[in-house]
Amino acid sequence: MDLVHIHFLLLSLLVIFSILAALNIRIIKAAILLAVVSLLTALILFLLETPLAAIFELSVCAGLITVIFISVISLTNPLTREERIEEKAKTLKRFVFLPGIVLVCAAAFYMLENSTNFIPIGASEIAVAQEGLWNSRQFDLIGQIIIILAGVFGVIVLFKDNKDDGGKK
Amino acid sequence: MIGDTLFLFKLYLITAPILFVVGIYAIITTRNIIAMIIGIEVMMKGVTVLLAAAGYFNGKPQVVEPLIITMIVVEVVILMISAGYIINIVKKHDSLDVANINKLKG
Repeated sequence: MDLVHIHFLLLSLLVIFSILAALNIRIIKAAILLAVVSLLTALILFLLETPLAAIFELSVCAGLITVIFISVISLTNPLTREERIEEKAKTLKRFVFLPGIVLVCAAAFYMLENSTNFIPIGASEIAVAQEGLWNSRQFDLIGQIIIILAGVFGVIVLFKDNKDDGGKK
Repeated sequence: MIGDTLFLFKLYLITAPILFVVGIYAIITTRNIIAMIIGIEVMMKGVTVLLAAAGYFNGKPQVVEPLIITMIVVEVVILMISAGYIINIVKKHDSLDVANINKLKG
């Protein structure tokens, strides 16, 4: 199979699984479909010669994020059977326009990029990505550290014991 | 060869915005908070693919690699914070529907 066909197949699967993840009423199924989307994204990143990012995507997005989603779903109340049936009818009505919108967007972007003069060049030899990751960055590292600290606070909020609840009960 | 690269470039230029549109549509149409976060994740996948394609077709994939890794870190942090919020909202309002979350007074 040609490389172009592999790209085409992976991108098609990516769009299909994304739509399925967005459409699904059962959140647990949507979370698992999102993990499949992450897996496909990791494969695409491998093909696009960014292997470190692909490994990150695979381990963090397909692994950690799925675990967090499933923990959140198990900690919250899932929909009952009646609510699910009712929600399904509503969702089908809401998403009836989605295929049309996707087709219109595809046509619009196709026509848009036909008017551009950009000629892509093939990937040249890859320099060491670690150099870009550790040596070339300066100020944005501060932002990233602040974001990670925000994530730590998120974890604290997630596992916080509410003392008031115990008092009321 | 150039024809193949150009075709791939067009393919990525169409697919990434479609993923973004699907994510936005999911956020607009649903009222479940967790489904909204899934919509945000789908949008971020579109941005990741577009970033990687931009690096590849400019011949500098090593430049975008740190950007993608940073974006994945941001993605996880967004999810962690929203997970904390969701659990607290469910404890307080006993519902995942955003229409029921209307008690914003201190």
